[in-house]
Amino acid sequence: MSTEQTVLGNETQEYFINMGPQHPSTHGVLRLLLTLDGEIIRKVEPHMGYIHRSIEKMCEKDSYQQIVHLTDRMDYLSCHINNEAVCLTVEMGLQLEIPERVKVIRTIISELTRLASHQLWWGVMGMDLGAITGFLYGFRDRELITDIFEETCGARLTMNYNVPGGLMFDIHPNFQKRTKEFLAYFKKKLPEYEELLTGNVIFEERTKGIGYISKEDVISYGVTGPSGRGSGFACDIRKLHPYSAYDRVEFKEILYNEGDSYARYMVRMDEMKESMHIIDQLIDNIPEGDYKAKTKAVIKLPAGEYYQRVETARGELGVYIISDNKKSPYRVKFRSPGFSNLSALDTMAKGCKIADLVAMMSTLDLVIPDIDR
Amino acid sequence: MNNDQIKEKVLKWFPDAEIPAEAGQFLNVIVTPEILHPLAEKLRYDKETHFDYLFCLSGVDWVSNLMVVYHLTSTNLGHEIVLKVKIADRENPEVDTVCDLWKTAEFHEREVYDLFGVKFKNHPDLRRILLEDDWEGFPMRKDYTDEANIVEL
Repeated sequence: MSTEQTVLGNETQEYFINMGPQHPSTHGVLRLLLTLDGEIIRKVEPHMGYIHRSIEKMCEKDSYQQIVHLTDRMDYLSCHINNEAVCLTVEMGLQLEIPERVKVIRTIISELTRLASHQLWWGVMGMDLGAITGFLYGFRDRELITDIFEETCGARLTMNYNVPGGLMFDIHPNFQKRTKEFLAYFKKKLPEYEELLTGNVIFEERTKGIGYISKEDVISYGVTGPSGRGSGFACDIRKLHPYSAYDRVEFKEILYNEGDSYARYMVRMDEMKESMHIIDQLIDNIPEGDYKAKTKAVIKLPAGEYYQRVETARGELGVYIISDNKKSPYRVKFRSPGFSNLSALDTMAKGCKIADLVAMMSTLDLVIPDIDR
Repeated sequence: MNNDQIKEKVLKWFPDAEIPAEAGQFLNVIVTPEILHPLAEKLRYDKETHFDYLFCLSGVDWVSNLMVVYHLTSTNLGHEIVLKVKIADRENPEVDTVCDLWKTAEFHEREVYDLFGVKFKNHPDLRRILLEDDWEGFPMRKDYTDEANIVEL
């Protein structure tokens, strides 16, 4: 058999590869068009919109109560926090004073949501790097939180527990007991997480110094949440613009300055501890009172513009409502954290190897419906 | 800086900027497309204003005109401002990009172009982002009709 050999010099040729739209590590339908030189990434071009449902356009025809239900179809892992964001915006517009009990319950459930989201992220992150065990650990513990949610409001994922003015109904009598049981259990389990991944040599090799992004770039790209805080950007809305009961609890804003995949990973690990610390302070101090302030059946916001920022598990969610004093808003804009976080992927991935892209995307913790809306 | 000081500064730079008197949640500054970029550049790089974080960029269709809204804040000084640019021409709406000042604008401007049809001049890669490339029309505009997909109740 004769083969014609071509001797190449040091010249290389760039080529393109499609990653997605159904690549397992994108956790949804996201297509990345990669420009590669060998296995070195030169450019990442995200193509999104595969599950764009035009939620903003739908909102223009819906009542304010209905809008709440659309928002947990965006970032479904922070569904309670998304619902809360819309409710807070409507309550701001109505200048409605909501009961203290509601504020505290909302905060506890928001933090439980954040914990569940981070548990899932941790499990999936391990799996993306080849550690299947972590996935099982994460889902085992997340199950306990979804059980609490199920007992509280009947749903495990898309909760819809918030309504403008308060909550749909009061907490279940078991809520406090089960939450405390869960915290006692998970405080013992979190060190296992650390043992399995955090100190693991292979894991450290694949994340330390990989996917670096500077603080200036993070601010310029609007990367928020744990991904932004891994580069030292103090962007926690719970600290900057406290809402619900965050002004009365003591917690640390986790900041790391390394800006690599490992730093973003560490922010979330430490945040889980802070979330448990917040719930610890509130769970025995839920004030008595109503679970809902009185609202009219048809809500009309006074003409004007309202903007509310909240901290979801992925970063800063902004809800921008323009009202013309009708029963539906004139315009609604959701500033979703995933959309801005994804825009920085190109900067992070430049010069890295294609195998590390998976780890980078994991530490950005993308939820595709949140990007596409 | 408080809102009054920022207002004074903006009016000193650009006396044509329109600042509504009623106090809303943020300080609003309404400008024409011509002075948007020079004003944004000053707000971004002036040491006293230093608006380095664009946290929201949205399009609004006011029927009589189109509007692009920029929510800005400063990460070290903490103050906030809302820039609004009014574009009267609905047929061929154009405004300068702010990608060179805040990189996050690159994706957000593509979204506004996709859904409202506002063209951002000097944008490095202006094309549809959420919808398919061959989509006709701009769905978030108030006069957009699609009998097959939008059901009026």
